Amino acid sequence: MAEPACLKVSVWRGGADGHFARYEVPARENQTVLDVVTHIQRELDPSLAYRFACRVGMCGSCAMTVNGRARWTCRTHVRKVVGAGGELELRPLANLPVIRDLAADLSPFFDKWQRAKGHFEPKDAPDGAVPEDFAVVPPGSKARQEADAGIECIGCGVCYASCDVVAWNGDYLGPAALNRAWTLVNDVRDGACAQRLDAVAGDAGCHSCHSTQSCTERCPKNLDPSAAIAGLKRRLFWDTLLGRR
Amino acid sequence: MSASDRRDTPENPQRRARAQTHLWVAQRLTAMVLGLAVLVHLATILVAVRGGLSAAEILERTRGNGAWLAFYAVFALAAGLHGAIGLRNIAAETIGLRGRGADLAWLAIGLLTAAFGIRAALGLYA
Repeated sequence: MAEPACLKVSVWRGGADGHFARYEVPARENQTVLDVVTHIQRELDPSLAYRFACRVGMCGSCAMTVNGRARWTCRTHVRKVVGAGGELELRPLANLPVIRDLAADLSPFFDKWQRAKGHFEPKDAPDGAVPEDFAVVPPGSKARQEADAGIECIGCGVCYASCDVVAWNGDYLGPAALNRAWTLVNDVRDGACAQRLDAVAGDAGCHSCHSTQSCTERCPKNLDPSAAIAGLKRRLFWDTLLGRR
Repeated sequence: MSASDRRDTPENPQRRARAQTHLWVAQRLTAMVLGLAVLVHLATILVAVRGGLSAAEILERTRGNGAWLAFYAVFALAAGLHGAIGLRNIAAETIGLRGRGADLAWLAIGLLTAAFGIRAALGLYA
């Protein structure tokens, strides 16, 4: 593919009612979208606000909307997303309040993580004491494999920004929080399963999911929150039908 | 709780979530019933029209047939509830119509629709 000499980058500036500013950034052979944003801030406009930390796909803080799609900018090669004439459009993550420019406020995302009871509550030591012995969890057991499938989430918010149901229903917990809840429901050491299932049930929880799987499609860690949500639905279906809750 | 939920009388959110879960379960169960019932219904239509279709022939088959009445009563109940719960979800997502009052109204609409269907079946049975 012929490389345009210059990238024409539209960058969201301001808060929710902001506007696009245009910048011209030299195109390089090897260049991530985060490199482009950094170039703009360091060379063209130091007032640009954006967020990043590790630059190598570990922290999840550089997620933005690149040409209409939520991505980690540090792991997105410009060549893979740039338009034919060198166009790039950068916005903050969708479905979240905008702080300024490319920085979205992730508070609602993490608040919902809390609401879904996304924290481990040890069964053997509810008062925070250290259990007397190690819990033995066979790695090959079905429950542990279900938990392991979703455990690598780093909370970048890409799935949340990609979810249509979040856009329709501001109360919806979203894929990441529900995925986290499913890993804990399958953790045999956890003692808060019943409360957690209550927290993720209903219209604000797993039952609103349409299984359109944008979360699974776009998760940079290749996790499958959609399957986790289906697991929660299945569990709640049988528990409700058999009067177990 | 959403802004629209807050308009309703304050209620335990856990109970609300359970009621919503029950609606969801009801929709799945009625879907299973409908999956089977629609097949039986279509097969009946195909068989019924083979010798031409007349009112007398239909009534001959349905009058006093308890099994037929039971089947269509269950079918109508499942269809009424399934449709109303589905419309409830669409209304919640598209125009933000949510809350306990709306849920009760949808349930009433579902039962009313089912009652019309059951009344029609009764008319062919009696």
